[in-house]
Amino acid sequence: MSDTTAILPAKSAPKRRGKLAGFFIRLVKEKPLGTVCGIIVVLLIFVGIFADALAPYPYEETHLVDRMQGPSTQYLMGTDQLGRDLFSRIIYGTRISLLVGLAVTTISITISTLIGGASGFLGGKFDLIVQRICDAWNCFPYLLILLTVMSIVGRGLTQIILVMGIAGGLGGSRVIRGAVFAIKENVYFEAAESVGSSKWHTFAQHVIPNVMPIIIIGFSMSVGGVILALASLSFLGFGLPPGMPDWGGLLSMEGRKYMEMAPWLALWPGLALTMVVYCLNMFGDALRDLLDPRLRGGVGRYGAAKKGKTGILARLMSGIRAIKPLPIRKGG
Amino acid sequence: MRAYLIRRLLLIIPTLFMLSLLVFFSLRFMPGDVIDVMMVEAIGRSGSSLDIDREAFEERLGLDVPAYVQYGRWLEGIFLHGTLGESLQQGWTVEDKMIGRLPVTIELGALAIIIGLVIALPVGIYSAMRQDTAADYIGRTIAIIGMATPNFWLAIMVMIYPAIWWGWSPPIEVIPFTEDPLGNLGVFIIPSIILGTAMSAGTMRLMRTVMLEVLRQDYVRTAWAKGLKERVVIMRHVVKNTLIPVVTLIGAQMPLMVGGSVILENIFALPGIGRLFLVALNNRDYPVVQGINLFLSIIVMLNILLIDMIYPYLDPRVRYK
Repeated sequence: MSDTTAILPAKSAPKRRGKLAGFFIRLVKEKPLGTVCGIIVVLLIFVGIFADALAPYPYEETHLVDRMQGPSTQYLMGTDQLGRDLFSRIIYGTRISLLVGLAVTTISITISTLIGGASGFLGGKFDLIVQRICDAWNCFPYLLILLTVMSIVGRGLTQIILVMGIAGGLGGSRVIRGAVFAIKENVYFEAAESVGSSKWHTFAQHVIPNVMPIIIIGFSMSVGGVILALASLSFLGFGLPPGMPDWGGLLSMEGRKYMEMAPWLALWPGLALTMVVYCLNMFGDALRDLLDPRLRGGVGRYGAAKKGKTGILARLMSGIRAIKPLPIRKGG
Repeated sequence: MRAYLIRRLLLIIPTLFMLSLLVFFSLRFMPGDVIDVMMVEAIGRSGSSLDIDREAFEERLGLDVPAYVQYGRWLEGIFLHGTLGESLQQGWTVEDKMIGRLPVTIELGALAIIIGLVIALPVGIYSAMRQDTAADYIGRTIAIIGMATPNFWLAIMVMIYPAIWWGWSPPIEVIPFTEDPLGNLGVFIIPSIILGTAMSAGTMRLMRTVMLEVLRQDYVRTAWAKGLKERVVIMRHVVKNTLIPVVTLIGAQMPLMVGGSVILENIFALPGIGRLFLVALNNRDYPVVQGINLFLSIIVMLNILLIDMIYPYLDPRVRYK
């Protein structure tokens, strides 16, 4: 890491490093729990990457002699009905969960930014039509869409990443659109327009950098939700194929009949899920508190309501539906 | 104000139109082999001889005409004949199947909302009143853990551990409320608590945030300065003003609740809409799936509409032009 910073031009390197270091110092100082959770998340990403080296057994290796054994030194979390080592399966499950969580969020944030950005930036008829589609989309319960489409396209890793990514992308575009609307009110935006900067240039230079914090926050806040949704789908039998050791699948109906005899089969995957989602949410919360420009400064969260537009944005982020009428008035 | 209400009502039309398109076309990307599976399933279940050929089956599904004609026929059925279509299991229309299932889902949802509020409001209020104390941290931590815990896992734990420890498992046979109110509640209470706690986490966090905001208002300081008791200040001046956004959040959680009821009805074998949905999905009874999707989406839409419409009445500070 230090090698790469050394190669960078001397002019920008110290400034950049100072900003990042400052951010980490604030993170550790102000959000100790968020930091711990962040470290756990990073560790889990490594567990996912190096699952092959860390897992004591391959995830599909069966030990028929040792079926349904309780936790022991040989099998840390016990074995299932085919004698597969649960600990190894959970380690591989980490890889699957995080892979899907990160991939889906990347796709959906990209789609959200494109749709919401274009909708907010262009406004007018385009915005009106896109907003009606989003209105309808938000009425269609998320799990029902996912289940319906997954039952048609069939179980699989690629399918689930694409389906969840697209579904989440449409749903999340509202937040980006609202942010872009707020940015358009700013003086720097008017200045850019008045000096004749092209639309694309304004979008790339002024809009995108200013929605970046919202994109980062959105990213860190939604990975946990995606992992939970994936687990629900697999649990209901519409997620990943049965052979794959993902956490929801480990808890699914197929394994249910053995759980009364071997309760650890139900316990560990659920605990793993809860811990990962908890850490992701806490880390996301900490990032939001530090990065969100609207929550910065002395007044913090409580000043948000008095700041007009930005206050409305802050409320949108926290999911209050009350401000819904505003975008409608602006769009129409 | 009136202009806003009229505009809001008129907005239903394009939303409904888009919704019907979404629901309809989300099922139209069916690959051909799915139709084969559907045919086998349908034949197998009706027990009739195998003389239905593929063309006849597609005709029965209405797949022999282009998609826009199918869409037109579907709308025609809804508007002119008041039917959502025919289940692939012969002799049933989609609405026949749904109506009988509705009370179970409504009861589950209503109980979950009540339980969610009973947990979330006191904890949220207390947490904000004693900001940054141990009680506040504990309350918030539990709420965040609650958000992270998958409800199906909680349900499985409730099914398994009591059975192992005490040989007790939750009752699963639904008793009509009119026959035995207590027995009926006994069946619903555990799934409702699980669904309710999942929703209470978000409500509690919002309640706390909004309350902290209201606690710093001038009129609250005035109330304190008048020497009012803490109970009066909190209940009359603070809580009253926090309830509006909290009420709207309950509306916003509707889609989440629909998803939760699909999962919980299946684990606890409650014969509600969610169970019907998953059974239909497993049997590839797509007309039923389509009907339920449309129905539940419209319920969610009406719910959002209702909140948007009553909001200005609840909160006089919100001005619509």
